[in-house]
Amino acid sequence: MQTVTRETLLDKASALLASGEVSRVLGWKKGEFAYDVTPAVFESAEEMEKDFVYDIFSGANFSKYLIKETAKEGKVLVFLKPCDSYSFNQLLTEHRFDREKVYAIGIPCDGMMDASTVKALAPEGLVSAERDGDNLVIHTLYDGDKILPYADNLPDRCRHCKSKKVVAYDEMLGENGDVVDSHRFDEVAELEAMSEDARFAFWQNELSRCIRCNACRDVCPACTCEKCVFDNPKSGVENKAISDSYEEKMFHIIRAFHVAGRCTDCGECSRVCPQNIPLHLLNRKFIYDIDRNYGDYMAGAEEGSRAPLVNYKTEDPEAADVLERGDK
Amino acid sequence: MQRIGVFVCWCGSNIAATVDVHAVAEAAKLEPGVVFSTDYQYMCSQAGQNMIIDAVKEHKLTGLVICSCSPRMHEATFRKTAANAGINPYMVEIANIREQCSWVHKDMPTGTEKAIILAKAAIAKVHLNTPLTPGESKVTKRALVIGGGIAGIQTALDIADAGYPVDIVEKEPTIGGKMAQLDKTFPTLDCAACILTPKMVDAAQNENIRIISYAKVEEVGGFVGNFHVKIRKKARFVNEDVCTGCGLCTEKCPQKKVPNAFNLNMDNHRAIYIPFAQAVPKVAVIDPDYCNMLKNGKCGVCAKVCTAGAIDYKQEDQIIEEDYGAIVAATGYNPISVEKFDEFAYSQSKDVITSLEFERLTNAAGPTAGKLLRPSDGEHPHTIVFVQCVGSRCASCAGKGKEYCSKICCMYTAKHAMLVRDKYPDTEVYVFYIDVRTPGKNFDEFYRRAVEEYGVHYIKGMVGKVTPENGKLKVQASDLLADRQLHIDADLVVLAAAIEPDKSARPLATMLTASMDTNDFFTEAHPKLRPVESPTAGIFLSGACQGPKDIPETVSQASAAAAKVIGLLSKNTLKGNPCVAQSDELMCNGCSSCANVCPYGAITYVNKEFRMPDRTTKVRRVASVNPAVCQGCGACTVACPSGAMDLNGFKNNQIMAEVDAICK
Repeated sequence: MQTVTRETLLDKASALLASGEVSRVLGWKKGEFAYDVTPAVFESAEEMEKDFVYDIFSGANFSKYLIKETAKEGKVLVFLKPCDSYSFNQLLTEHRFDREKVYAIGIPCDGMMDASTVKALAPEGLVSAERDGDNLVIHTLYDGDKILPYADNLPDRCRHCKSKKVVAYDEMLGENGDVVDSHRFDEVAELEAMSEDARFAFWQNELSRCIRCNACRDVCPACTCEKCVFDNPKSGVENKAISDSYEEKMFHIIRAFHVAGRCTDCGECSRVCPQNIPLHLLNRKFIYDIDRNYGDYMAGAEEGSRAPLVNYKTEDPEAADVLERGDK
Repeated sequence: MQRIGVFVCWCGSNIAATVDVHAVAEAAKLEPGVVFSTDYQYMCSQAGQNMIIDAVKEHKLTGLVICSCSPRMHEATFRKTAANAGINPYMVEIANIREQCSWVHKDMPTGTEKAIILAKAAIAKVHLNTPLTPGESKVTKRALVIGGGIAGIQTALDIADAGYPVDIVEKEPTIGGKMAQLDKTFPTLDCAACILTPKMVDAAQNENIRIISYAKVEEVGGFVGNFHVKIRKKARFVNEDVCTGCGLCTEKCPQKKVPNAFNLNMDNHRAIYIPFAQAVPKVAVIDPDYCNMLKNGKCGVCAKVCTAGAIDYKQEDQIIEEDYGAIVAATGYNPISVEKFDEFAYSQSKDVITSLEFERLTNAAGPTAGKLLRPSDGEHPHTIVFVQCVGSRCASCAGKGKEYCSKICCMYTAKHAMLVRDKYPDTEVYVFYIDVRTPGKNFDEFYRRAVEEYGVHYIKGMVGKVTPENGKLKVQASDLLADRQLHIDADLVVLAAAIEPDKSARPLATMLTASMDTNDFFTEAHPKLRPVESPTAGIFLSGACQGPKDIPETVSQASAAAAKVIGLLSKNTLKGNPCVAQSDELMCNGCSSCANVCPYGAITYVNKEFRMPDRTTKVRRVASVNPAVCQGCGACTVACPSGAMDLNGFKNNQIMAEVDAICK
């Protein structure tokens, strides 16, 4: 059950705006349709009263927006769901914004819907959807209401939630949860169990749909470079025309390498993909490998933590030792 | 567009036997930008170098590709040649067609094909080379020697003699090391103390030498010419400047049951002690694990008897920070623990001892005042068995012993056997060996004397088992030459334990970023031509920390290391390596990934103001590399998520160009 409602957040935000504690609020705004809730910056209580929404589609992770918003005058209020707070910490670790200029409110979460998931459940005449206790109620134009169990129909990133614990906040609304184990590496293990050919076919099928809209990169809280290598003329890969439908695999593989050890597994890449490519699986494979090879590591769990791949310690083994030791 | 000259070396037949050098030169001519290409018998010779200089002038070359041996051999040579020809030394690329091509291939077509590819890769790189200029840094004219054994002492004495200040850091309360524990030295049999202690005194009295004993190196920063070192001097609870070394406290201390490490725990000393009579510095030290005053505040006898008032129970560890231009590792060796070799019953019987323990048992300052007595009952031993190669040359006993030969055991065992027979003619002495290895001046003669004049029984074969029984040691062994089993009832068994680097060497190597081999011996920069230098600039090697050595060899190497240090310290400035990392500030995110992986601490962050396209300014956190500290390892360039970090001379696009050329 969600203990925090739109009104709770609205009251809190209005009070902070009124007191001058914060100058802006990063929140969710209603879109064209009930299911395309988008992130927005609100500067007054009136604006919020009018457009602010907090419902089952309020899934967008705000942490990346803080880079831009904290560059402005005054403090920003941000709402952090558990997975957002990991990205928040990771960005702090990478010195991407000034913590002093943020007022973070932690909110509990037990899974958020997204447009494509609901669309898939009601392909014809989707109007809106809401939560009613343990059920998801989908209102449709032609078939009336469709009632389904909420938890079973969550998008993949929430069904395999890594944590219900908000790891960074100034103030927590509602009750904070714990790190959970919801078998998030099961799908990776399935992919690993496939034959090489089958796995290749799987990714070819998925990634060939890519239209290189860059939405995954633009939403990713780990992709915060001043200038992305894919936009950099010096890198030699910018503006390169693809020679076949599967060539965009390189973009996704390079991106997965670039965020390896820094990805907080928030799943935004898959959420925003207009082609419904399960991009998070690539990153999760890296997380799985890092955990197995270097011990469990969760990016963003702790501010200032060093990812095993980008850490130098004087007690690191010499290359010769690693060779002797074998794979471990 | 560069105007590139390609020079293919035959290296006599080293390259030319497996690579068609002429074909390589011809193929190179077809590459874009190559305006001259030739081959020659020895490119590194004066004639070869002149050929390069002439070609640069005649063809107005801007970049050079030398297809030859490894850049480790002659890169510096050809860079100098380029400079002599008037072009920037960093416009030279070496295509290694010897070590990485002709030496690993057997047939000409394969070797030639690969050599052409390597040449093409180097040509592709030169197209993107830019002139580089090394920076300069000052040299701190002070050396640090880590380890105060005979190696460290000799190195320090020689450096000090040349007029440079030098610090010796010794982990024990006194310098002297292993040699101080020895009795006689082969092959001349002069007493170790008699030749060592004058050197110890010299070191103590030399005004250029500072001895920091009972201390260890905790942190090393900086780079060649400018090391910054943090040394922890442990509290000895005795004021070093005040103590006169009279030794009264060491007689009055009521705590008598402290194992005497100098005598390998074969007897005891007091809780306050001076390790041995000729210790330098001759200052008492309190063992805090045994001192009643330090443990429970009840005693204070030493403070009462000390007329100099040197005792200070409140003394704390002291941190010394100092800058050095050069560092010498002289951390020495230790015998391995023989307890793992159960068959020799070392842990079952007191009468099975190691050779170093034997040295103490025969030393006049040892636990038995030099009389050879059995440790178990103090009786005179009649039958003595020496076992050689305990843990040495032991490929099959992985985890227990060492694969290498410990080098010194054959000689000291011959010495022990000879001395026993000389002093106690009523003894029977057996030596079991795999091989007797005695190369060295007067060494084999020495061993022959033990066999021929002193009647030591040398038996080729190993001891299989030692069993303590009724006060005797039943030794079961094989005599390989006679092809039979031997059973000897021995009174004393002496094990020539393998030697290994001191345990402090591995963490020290990490601090120094000096490389080590799998046995934890320091690696030299070149096994033949640079044996006293570590591959890390400014780090030198002295004594057994580099490999097993006897005293004469150790002393020669110590002096050689000193010569290298003096050569370095005599320079006022050092030219740096311009192939260092550089951050493109416009792309840098300031994420710290590079600083986190930098092993040298060369990267810091600064907040810098940038003009934005819309004429506003923005302050951003960006990485800044200290070129004097950066060693050009390139770890940061791969860690950087945005590709802002790049390595001069090895830029990402240069390496990509090489890969592209190879894959084309």
